Amino acid sequence: MSHFLAMGGYAAYVWPAYAVFFIVLIADYLAPGIRRRRQLRELRARLARQSARQQRNPTPSS
Amino acid sequence: MANWIPLWLHKLGSPPIFYRFAGTLRPWALGLALLFGAAALYGGLVLAPADYQQGDAYRIIFIHVPSAWMSLFIYGVMALASFIALVWRIKLAEVVAMESAPIGAAFTFVTLVTGSLWGKPMWGTWWTWDARLTSELVLLFLYLGVIGLYHAFEDRRQGARAAAFLAIVGIVNVPIVHFSVNWWNTLHQGSTVRILGPSKMSGDMLWPLLTMMLATKLYYIASLFGRVRADLLALESGKDWVRQIAEAEERR
Repeated sequence: MSHFLAMGGYAAYVWPAYAVFFIVLIADYLAPGIRRRRQLRELRARLARQSARQQRNPTPSS
Repeated sequence: MANWIPLWLHKLGSPPIFYRFAGTLRPWALGLALLFGAAALYGGLVLAPADYQQGDAYRIIFIHVPSAWMSLFIYGVMALASFIALVWRIKLAEVVAMESAPIGAAFTFVTLVTGSLWGKPMWGTWWTWDARLTSELVLLFLYLGVIGLYHAFEDRRQGARAAAFLAIVGIVNVPIVHFSVNWWNTLHQGSTVRILGPSKMSGDMLWPLLTMMLATKLYYIASLFGRVRADLLALESGKDWVRQIAEAEERR
């Protein structure tokens, strides 16, 4: 196992390369999920404001 | 729309239908990407023998080369989608083009960083201004330019059209990156895997490389579909189908 981790003396180059690959791709994969949840939350807030306004004055003036 | 385009393809271009289609396909693409990726890593890091010249340092190839292929492939997809978006004004093509850019930029960044980490022990330098490295850096700047231009406009669709134009113009860089090792005398080594003719690599190193290529392609599909879904929700936030999704998620 330690022989495998040593990578023939190139561990300081091989493992950071793999770390960058995985960190960048994981961040890339998670980003749109966060964006999607935020958008839906904002949309729900907007719809809630709209229906509250309609309850206050049932005949909208604008 | 021309009538030679099959009806199902035409329907797939409609945002709510593509949203559902992408949602169904995305977990499968990611699952297969992880499966092939794990197999490729096992083959590349454990099963494949050390290189007779580069020792174990060459194992960076199993992520460096697939990332580099993806950086060019995604640019091609982005430019093609941009062309379709500009000519036929299809909203979905715009979204695909603009959401491909961050994924392509990510793969280009990975290519440059892993290449640097490979260059240091093999060439004795992190960076050199040779044709392959410089043209790949230009590719990163093109991606960043497309992303920046897209977000520079108040109106998203106007931004998408401007950025699509830049993406199409920038396609000239793709063959330059690919052929740079043949056209100029570079420090970077030539192509190891060739489509035409035999590859210059033994089978037990080649199959993990090709499997990783497949895994990164599948990953691109998964990532792109997630991004397109998020973008479609933002673009169509006034429509009924988005409202229904927002209400359905609240109940959960």
